Amino acid sequence: MIEVALADRAGEGFRLNVDFSVPAEGITALLGPSASGKTSILRALAGLDRRPGVIRFDGETWQDRHSFWPAHRRQVGYVMQGHTLLPHLSVAGNLDYAARRNPAGPFDRDDIIARTGISGLLERKPHRLSGGEGQRAAIARALLGQPRLLLLDEPLSGVDSEGRAELLAALAGLFNTIVIPVIYVSHDLGEVAALTRRIISLRAGQIERITLAG
Amino acid sequence: MNLVIATTVELAAVTTVLLLVLATPLAWWLARSRRWWSEIIGAISALPLVLPPTVIGFYVLVALGPASPLMALLHPFGIHTLAFSFSGLVIGSLFYSLPFAVQPLRTAFEAIGDRPLDLAATMGAGPMDRFFSIGLPMARRGFLSAAILVFAHTVGEFGVVLMIGGSIPGKTEVLSIRIYQLVEALQYGEAHRIAAGLVVFAFLTLLALLLVERRIRGVQP
Repeated sequence: MIEVALADRAGEGFRLNVDFSVPAEGITALLGPSASGKTSILRALAGLDRRPGVIRFDGETWQDRHSFWPAHRRQVGYVMQGHTLLPHLSVAGNLDYAARRNPAGPFDRDDIIARTGISGLLERKPHRLSGGEGQRAAIARALLGQPRLLLLDEPLSGVDSEGRAELLAALAGLFNTIVIPVIYVSHDLGEVAALTRRIISLRAGQIERITLAG
Repeated sequence: MNLVIATTVELAAVTTVLLLVLATPLAWWLARSRRWWSEIIGAISALPLVLPPTVIGFYVLVALGPASPLMALLHPFGIHTLAFSFSGLVIGSLFYSLPFAVQPLRTAFEAIGDRPLDLAATMGAGPMDRFFSIGLPMARRGFLSAAILVFAHTVGEFGVVLMIGGSIPGKTEVLSIRIYQLVEALQYGEAHRIAAGLVVFAFLTLLALLLVERRIRGVQP
């Protein structure tokens, strides 16, 4: 299971207050408008922000009142929203950055490159990629970090409308075959429904509804 | 004359290399720290910008003199004073030029932003790894700016080297002091030659710096 119980202290402004458990397999969507807390949850799961609360993954406590595993110890793949490749490295350099630090795991470099369709982009610098190409490269890089959990934040944003359907189909095909759980953040119900029937709807930092069919 | 140029260049080069090594961790920490009191350290490291060079020179001279407790620590190694020595000049120059290394490095480190460092962390890079694999390569032009500024600023220093060095030919006499002595001796022609040379050097240095900064703006999207 992936267990998340985060509650910011009361105060002014945005306050995250969520408590949910989902199976550590398949795709879970976090759905909601902007400022609903989606990205805050991803950052907490990745270990980039420490918010008050508890996070457990597969029986391991990633954070609670007394302990906190920093991001570099959690083995979480994170595809952030927008430009997410390291700008000083080529696509291949980005893949190597992740692969060199995580040599062993289920994901094979050639296989991932083929399945994300980036074999022709390896020598390019990030600023010379389209939105869709950048996302494919970022997903490939995240997987070559041999993660135990994959987080995606609005991966279709910044992709033009023709590219969206194609990328969404490619993602659905990829997720069907990978062995790790995926948490997929989006504001678009149609996009989310094409990928999974396990949906957590968020609004203003709170859980509005949990759909756990399938 | 050549001896004076050699001393000047050697002092500037040694100061530049040492200061880049010493200022880098400080600038990195200042750029990344979220605690307000880190600005106290930031302000202290910027003090040489506003203090008269003679103040820096005076305190370094006192600290390096035979009566200083700091020097007492070095007595077992046979060192009793560093005043009026080349090493003393280097130490004074390190303080004097510190802000010229820290500021461009800090700006370059801050320009990287949190995102590349966060991404690197999710890929398994620990803090030291992130510094070497993200911080240093992405701030490399900041290092170039810092090196140019420190070198030029050290060549141009006067008050500090006069206080600490005492202008000993071949050891601590540098160009800026030579000009002063030539003018005192009414040798305006020779003073002109050196002064004009330093003007040209300063201009070329600043031109190089502006071209580097122009490239930073142009290349990074």
